[in-house]
Amino acid sequence: MTRSLAPIGLLGYIFGSFLLAILYPQSVLAFLLFEASLLLLYYIPAHAKVKSTLAALVLIVLMPLLGTINGYYLEVAIQIGIYAALALGLNIVVGFVGLLNLGFVAFYAIGAYLWAIFGSPQANEFIAGGVFPLAPYWFFIFLLLSIGVGALTGLVLGLPVLRLRGDYLAVVTLGFAEVVRALVNNLDKPVNLTNGPRGISPIVKPPLFFRPVLEFFGLEITDAKLYPLYFYFLVLLVVCVIILVTRRLESSRIGRAWKAIREDEIAAAAMGVPVVRMKLLGFAVGASFASAVGVLFAAKQVFINPESFTFMESIGVLAMVILGGMGSIPGAILGATGVTILNLQLLKGLSLWLNGLRQSGAVLTLPLLGSYSLSQIPVQFEPAKYERMVFGLILILMMIFRPQGILPPKQERKR
Amino acid sequence: MALLELRGVSKRFGGLQALARVDIELEDGVIASLIGPNGAGKTTLFNTLTGLYQPDEGEIRFQNRSLIGLKPEQITGAGISRTFQNIRLFSHMTVLDNVLVGMHSRLDTKLWQIFLSTQKYQAREKAAQRRAIELIELAGLSGRENEWAHQLSYGEQRRLEIARALAAAPKLLLLDEPSAGMNTSEAQSLMALFKELIGRYVQAILLIEHNMRVVMGISDRVHVLDYGEKIAEGHPDEVRQDPRVIEAYLGQGVWTARRP
Ligand SMILES: Nc1ncnc2c1ncn2[C@@H]1O[C@H](COP(=O)(O)OP(=O)(O)OP(=O)(O)O)[C@@H](O)[C@H]1O
Ligand SMILES: [Mg+2]
Repeated sequence: MTRSLAPIGLLGYIFGSFLLAILYPQSVLAFLLFEASLLLLYYIPAHAKVKSTLAALVLIVLMPLLGTINGYYLEVAIQIGIYAALALGLNIVVGFVGLLNLGFVAFYAIGAYLWAIFGSPQANEFIAGGVFPLAPYWFFIFLLLSIGVGALTGLVLGLPVLRLRGDYLAVVTLGFAEVVRALVNNLDKPVNLTNGPRGISPIVKPPLFFRPVLEFFGLEITDAKLYPLYFYFLVLLVVCVIILVTRRLESSRIGRAWKAIREDEIAAAAMGVPVVRMKLLGFAVGASFASAVGVLFAAKQVFINPESFTFMESIGVLAMVILGGMGSIPGAILGATGVTILNLQLLKGLSLWLNGLRQSGAVLTLPLLGSYSLSQIPVQFEPAKYERMVFGLILILMMIFRPQGILPPKQERKR
Repeated sequence: MALLELRGVSKRFGGLQALARVDIELEDGVIASLIGPNGAGKTTLFNTLTGLYQPDEGEIRFQNRSLIGLKPEQITGAGISRTFQNIRLFSHMTVLDNVLVGMHSRLDTKLWQIFLSTQKYQAREKAAQRRAIELIELAGLSGRENEWAHQLSYGEQRRLEIARALAAAPKLLLLDEPSAGMNTSEAQSLMALFKELIGRYVQAILLIEHNMRVVMGISDRVHVLDYGEKIAEGHPDEVRQDPRVIEAYLGQGVWTARRP
């Protein structure tokens, strides 16, 4: 009974919130309600087929439609996708294999710089011939290449350090990320490889190979409108591939070996699991995800500099994995979504609202306390300025009240 | 020729001689027990056998092949698997997955087969699951496949460890105090299980036991360690009469007493 009613109710909810978001394009709340439909979708009792159809409706049809009305929504969705992919990669290392990696952003940076250097005039600085930037179609080749490069750097870092345990490994990975950032920051002399702190731009975007198809259907869309949609679908595709690969790995002997190592390394070895090799593999797979996402990020941003790859980024992604629930694929996605929305929308939205109040010049009169002109609210009260604090508080509260994360791995396996 | 052969195996921890030139031979088809007072070096012997420790001296040969220098997973691959005295299950994994991990070395799937989820791979996974469920049944845990390992009772966890060890398709099974914490009837059914295993699932069993009822009940041979030295071996009835064994256990009242 509920199995047939729930999807219909949800469908109503999806369209309702969709309409709200269209009617109130500035409303953060409306968009949040719309985004929540995916979460509801995860929870409702329904057939997997029904669920995936509804998810496809939201992600492939409605979200892009909303995006064409309010480009900012699309930007948020792209950011969520990028962080979800990063969180899924880190989830393999931290959640499955149980290795604390505090420098995950290094692999992201390596992917981003890989495309930034060769997909911009930057490479002309050290390769003669003036053939750079590469043509847009090279983007896809570099996307594939970055998987290999990421895996390789993961192996290179992993080989010497994976014999270390716990805290030691965390410190080494942290150091590695700082080394990568310092290199990127300083490799503008003697040979200008990375252009140092000034960053690299313009970075070539992927080719609009489907343009003729659109024109055939009589759709005239400007590049400025088309690219966000394009990136949205690219990110969506990458996230879907990552989810698929992660799920397959998780249910294979490799995923089982990873979790066994996390639970008890000695017992895992005694059961025939080649511990070092499996750890290396986990490191390499996570790194390859991050590095591929880095390529996407560079192409989307057009400009990148070392500032995008700080230690706080690593910590942010780690927090997403922990908040969502370590070792859980839906958890990593939810964590990434929650944190990104919090940073990009909730806090900014609150700041905007507070600004509005201030500018309205209204006067708040409280009994006993007297009246207070709202225009006097200090600028320091803006929630956006408290991003890290709010974030920290949420982490503390979560660790106290729900240490296993919001969506910890389920114990029942459907087979 | 013996299945397992230890020659002069020694292991020191700082000034402590945990194993002193131990010689042990194990034939095909037998259930052998390793006994001795607390701290005699029994678990150390298992750890040395399974590659967790490297012996300081001596030779270990399994099916006439040296195990010295091999890593734990290579030794499992060679056909020895074990349980632990202080249960070491993968707590936050299901019962089924615990057993499937034991099959790691027997499941030869390549990365690309997993990515593409090929037919052959799926068939292998299915077969592995069927075998895992069979072993779970053998251990008396049918229907518990999807529970998390840490949700099982103590005795059930011990039996799950046996199922997991069997999943590696060992020729020699090493059990470290399998009946610890079990009552008499549980221990009885465990003994019946061991007899069923010999010849059908494994070629030989070596078990560490403090429960003398179990030792005397099922062992074909008994090896006695004391302060790292092998002080006696033979048929259970012989060993029971051995003056050195009685001496080792003297002052402790009963066989099962523990040294402080
Ligand atoms: N890794 C280690 N480092 C230092 N000493 C150790 C180590 N492992 C064991 N020992 C010591 O070696 C001796 C033998 O220990 P072992 O665990 O093999 O005894 P056991 O015969 O299994 O005893 P029990 O019946 O209590 O399990 C003990 O004195 C123990 O403290
Ligand atoms: Mg012991």
